[in-house]
Amino acid sequence: MSLRIGDKAIDFTLPCTDGHEHSLSDWQDRPVLVVIFSCNHCPYAQAWEQRIIDLQAQFKSQGVKFAVINANDPVKYPADSFDEMKKRAREKGYNFPYLWDESQEVARAYGATRTPEVFVFDADRRLRYHGAVDDNFEDPSAVQQHYLRDAIAALLAGEEPPVAETPPVGCTIKWK
Amino acid sequence: MKIEFLYYEDCPSHEQALARLRQIIAEEGVEAQIRIHKLETEAQAKAWHFVGSPTILINGEDIDPPPPNAPTALTCRVYRWGDGRISPLPSPEMIRRALNAHRNDIPPQNDELTT
Repeated sequence: MSLRIGDKAIDFTLPCTDGHEHSLSDWQDRPVLVVIFSCNHCPYAQAWEQRIIDLQAQFKSQGVKFAVINANDPVKYPADSFDEMKKRAREKGYNFPYLWDESQEVARAYGATRTPEVFVFDADRRLRYHGAVDDNFEDPSAVQQHYLRDAIAALLAGEEPPVAETPPVGCTIKWK
Repeated sequence: MKIEFLYYEDCPSHEQALARLRQIIAEEGVEAQIRIHKLETEAQAKAWHFVGSPTILINGEDIDPPPPNAPTALTCRVYRWGDGRISPLPSPEMIRRALNAHRNDIPPQNDELTT
């Protein structure tokens, strides 16, 4: 089972690196909610990490909220443990909640398979974009298609995202 | 020159990395034999000292030698490029530099590991 374009967001409550628990409903007044499945160890996640931070900063004043979830098995991948998540969030200056999906239930419910994998929800929490951050993990200056940025901008303008779905590109989620 | 190209199927960077390797070999005019190894088990990763996919060995030497204590794993490999970027692929410069460094090597004679 996985979310399709137009589906409602599935609620969750997860522990965060900030020491609190956060739920989807915490951000119910936000016009756009971006949920990204990511992790520490994956080079794709690391390659896109700063762009995700920059996009949250860019759209913060318009009320857009990012929430990043790590569902990887920390036994097989110790770099993705909750303690290591706390370190990375601090070192990289994450400007969004970095949540731990220890049971992997949220990732399974959303149908996430890769890190990073983006889900963009509108004000009614309908899925409006799903896939990659953009079309070039390797070179930010060579990006041709800014999928995530353009989807957020379109929703804020009351328009359809120009692209609704792209294949997520990244490491596989490390299931237990 | 003997090149071993090691990869893990779940990590999607290997096709692009192999194409990049072949392109730079052609550009540099190097005579090289590439052997491709698909690793599927932790035991294989350990035997090859495989720290992530893709890994490229030229005459037995990693083009971007990892720290000696780096853990082996079936995972994607993090490459830190000279300009500070992080990528799942080695940079063209990294490959080119390694090819040129081994251009005059005498290839190793024994092939202990095959997959």
